[in-house]
Amino acid sequence: MRTGLALLCAVLALASLALGPVDLAALWARDPELARNLFIELRLPRTVLALLIGAGLGASGAAAQALFRNPLASPDLLGPSSGAALGAVLAGYFLGAGVIGMAIGGLAGAGLSLLLLLALAGRGAGATRLVLAGVAVSMMLGVAINLALSLAPSPFALYDLMFWLMGSLNDRSLPQLALAAPLILIGIVLLLRAAPALDTLALGEEVAQSLGVGLSAVQARVVLAIALATGAGVAVAGSIGFIGLIVPHLVRPFVRHRPGAAIAPSALAGAALLSAADIAVRLLPAGLDLRLGVLTALIGAPFFLCLIMGRR
Amino acid sequence: MLEAIDLARPPMLAPTSLTLHPGQLTGVIGPNGAGKTTLLKALAGLSRGPGTVRLDGHPFLPHPQRLAWLPASRDAVWPIPAAALVQLGLGPAAAPDPAAVSAALSACDATALAHRPVAQLSTGERARVLLARAIAARPAWLLLDEPIANLDPGHRLDVMALLASEAARGAGVVLALHDLDLARRCDRLLLIANGAVIADGPPHMVLNTDQLGRVFGVQHGPDGWVRCSRFDH
Repeated sequence: MRTGLALLCAVLALASLALGPVDLAALWARDPELARNLFIELRLPRTVLALLIGAGLGASGAAAQALFRNPLASPDLLGPSSGAALGAVLAGYFLGAGVIGMAIGGLAGAGLSLLLLLALAGRGAGATRLVLAGVAVSMMLGVAINLALSLAPSPFALYDLMFWLMGSLNDRSLPQLALAAPLILIGIVLLLRAAPALDTLALGEEVAQSLGVGLSAVQARVVLAIALATGAGVAVAGSIGFIGLIVPHLVRPFVRHRPGAAIAPSALAGAALLSAADIAVRLLPAGLDLRLGVLTALIGAPFFLCLIMGRR
Repeated sequence: MLEAIDLARPPMLAPTSLTLHPGQLTGVIGPNGAGKTTLLKALAGLSRGPGTVRLDGHPFLPHPQRLAWLPASRDAVWPIPAAALVQLGLGPAAAPDPAAVSAALSACDATALAHRPVAQLSTGERARVLLARAIAARPAWLLLDEPIANLDPGHRLDVMALLASEAARGAGVVLALHDLDLARRCDRLLLIANGAVIADGPPHMVLNTDQLGRVFGVQHGPDGWVRCSRFDH
């Protein structure tokens, strides 16, 4: 399955590189320099960001569900996504809506929300306490985002920030890629390394402990990795919901439902899904400007509903 | 040798010192809420509190081949096939070992369940698969919380025989149970009431009429177990 998903990612990446308002091949004939710049500074970051952010969300979702032993858990539950969004919005106010400033603000917000989460949950907290603390942090940060928006200096700023929050990969640049990529990659690697322990956690926390899994260490590492992989994504692309929730459910049947083994294929499937969604928003007719985060939610919400109905 | 030295978990378990021996089937009996699970979990190193547990004279470190813990809960969140679940019992870093997995499943009469998702099994079937998970790594110690609860009479006998054979291969087996008839098959019984071990010895010593009447409020009559006539609170 992994090979198939990797191939799918490669095909979608090529399609994403080839797709855009300008015909690169024609432009190359007329102005190779411009075509090269356009390719490297616009198409490439957008394509790579879609793959990386999707992979980070997919892996984080699989890891969150494994850690909390709950198929309805998602990385958003822990707060770093909201933290990143709040940080980016505040940076947008105080530093002007420069994209790099917002990305740095987003990263700071994700980091602070992680510290807040760990402070609230306490050391060596069980998964239940961690998820309750995460929900509390997310709610507080959500309210803070609304407060920040309602205090927007001008209607234009409000409009810009609202639009930014909806999530998009339009016009992302190489510096944004350089900022987010290492953090997302570190997060994914940490999650992949925690996969065997998360598999064992399927047997319950006590049994996993008796089999030699250091529970607090695994929890701390996984929470940090989720904060890195999702926070860095939100910091450059805004909120993109539902990928982390859905993707693990799509791949888990192929790994005999082992929650840890689902992390690697979830990363690949997340990368493919977000790339496909980002291609889809670009293929829509020019008048219909559907944001990427809105599209993923439009697909994700009905799927989530089916999931809940199926479990009854 | 599994030693508990002044092991206590207030308010559930009063300070307890005991030595458990490998090759023995040790039963832990006592009324609901007496502290059986608390004692087993403390012995398995799964709770913190006063006292120490020593395994062969050393402080206890968890390892799949050292000690297996089977909780009383039969929860299964993920619909993992039984064989894959038993494989997980070999430890987080273990290589796939289909031989060990099928041996464990077969020992628990769960071979036919190997490919069925555990979340869809009946409680008794799941209990057998989870027991297979616990014995798969052939651990030196098996600490089992009510392994025969939820099982039908035939499988109760099978599991008691399996545990006796695990003890015969040299494992130390400690199990909590409520079946006073099957408890007679243990080599040693610990009777727990109100968080303290009040009797410790071979079954015929521990399961005397007086003691059972006092602790459980039951006695054995011509029609099987009945509520004790002397039973009063």
